Amino acid sequence: MDLVQPATWAEALTARAERPDLLPIAGGTDVMVDINFDRRRPEGLLDLTRVPETATWSVDDGVLRIGAGVTYAQVESDLADLAPGLAMASRTVGSPQIRNRGTVAGNLGSASPAGDAHPPLLAVGATVEVESVRGIRQVAADDFFVGVKRNALEPDELIRSVLVPVTGAPQQFAKIGTRNAMVIAVASFAVSLHPADRRVGTGIGSAAPTPRRAPQAEEQLAGALDWDGRGPLDPSAVRRFGELVADAADPIDDVRGSAAYRRHALAVLAARTATWAWDQHRTEVAS
Amino acid sequence: MRVRCTVNGEERVADDVWAGESLLYVLRERLGLPGSKNACEQGECGSCTVYLDGVPVCACLVAAGQVEGRTVVTVEGLADGDLLHPVQQAFLDAGAVQCGFCTPGLVVAVHDLLQRHPRPSDPDVREALAGNLCRCTGYEKILEAVRLAALRAGGDR
Repeated sequence: MDLVQPATWAEALTARAERPDLLPIAGGTDVMVDINFDRRRPEGLLDLTRVPETATWSVDDGVLRIGAGVTYAQVESDLADLAPGLAMASRTVGSPQIRNRGTVAGNLGSASPAGDAHPPLLAVGATVEVESVRGIRQVAADDFFVGVKRNALEPDELIRSVLVPVTGAPQQFAKIGTRNAMVIAVASFAVSLHPADRRVGTGIGSAAPTPRRAPQAEEQLAGALDWDGRGPLDPSAVRRFGELVADAADPIDDVRGSAAYRRHALAVLAARTATWAWDQHRTEVAS
Repeated sequence: MRVRCTVNGEERVADDVWAGESLLYVLRERLGLPGSKNACEQGECGSCTVYLDGVPVCACLVAAGQVEGRTVVTVEGLADGDLLHPVQQAFLDAGAVQCGFCTPGLVVAVHDLLQRHPRPSDPDVREALAGNLCRCTGYEKILEAVRLAALRAGGDR
């Protein structure tokens, strides 16, 4: 095994093209676990922690660009206003030590169905910017997850940044686990309101082979919300929303929970987060 | 490969490091610093918590080569010779040390917390220590140790 440590993004792309057998590593919170437990023996590691270009975030024309090296701790502290759903989800990741190292891009690289960052990225309509020596590609978060722990990256590509629309509207995230830290979600859910175009975004975690949206639920809730009058949420509509979210899932029974529990939990999380988000929207408009 | 870094204020060199090796292994097995404990090896327990460039991390999840040229502070680096750091003394005085295996990681995590937050509330403490497991104390004595350390550092609560 060897360690390749590019000092610039260009060097990283060249190394990735020349050595597709190297496993990219940033915070190491997934990669090192696999190595420590001998679950994975890559030919080598491509250490991305020395690449300065991806260590920062910026906002341009209403879009937040989160560099691949930005940690969950940074998202929590710096991006709570710009990407509230992602910031909420980031606060639930692992522990402070994990959040000091782990990155959103690393979450996308691992592409676990349980990745905490994924539901809010799906809900807000984020885009993953990937790059190789051949050029840059933008992949919608919705198209990025292609199978259990598989993503749309080509062997020569690296995740450069995550592009998150800054909506200025409420977003919520909720997650079920046995405690408030160090938990792989049993089920998780994110919702994002888009009042400007009267849309609702959703993201389901830990309840299907990949993180996924619930398109029917999105349409149903968008149609049921009183966008003009900002009136209260109809209880039957919010219940229906929960059912449609549960229907969109495809969970399995495993050590963390049964499929039936996950569906039930999702219906509850969806109804709850939609209510929080809508109430927040009503309050913000009123004040 | 060779890894050079600053550990507890000293320039250190580790040779024959395997690329998949963790910082924790380098500290314990190559640099003679067994304070950071090896328990879960998956970032769950926090007993290997060290500072990497001033930020607390699980040393078991840092690839050794990633610390090349960087600065590490372990629990061994907190005391002033034989004089324990106030956080360490508070752990002893409050009876927050039983088997002691989790203690080094907790001491580093509390050291960091009190630097950032000299008078933390109990929820702040619980949140800050969420990544450090202790199977002996039931955590109450650890919370007391944090309160004691904060008090002694001059914080009226």
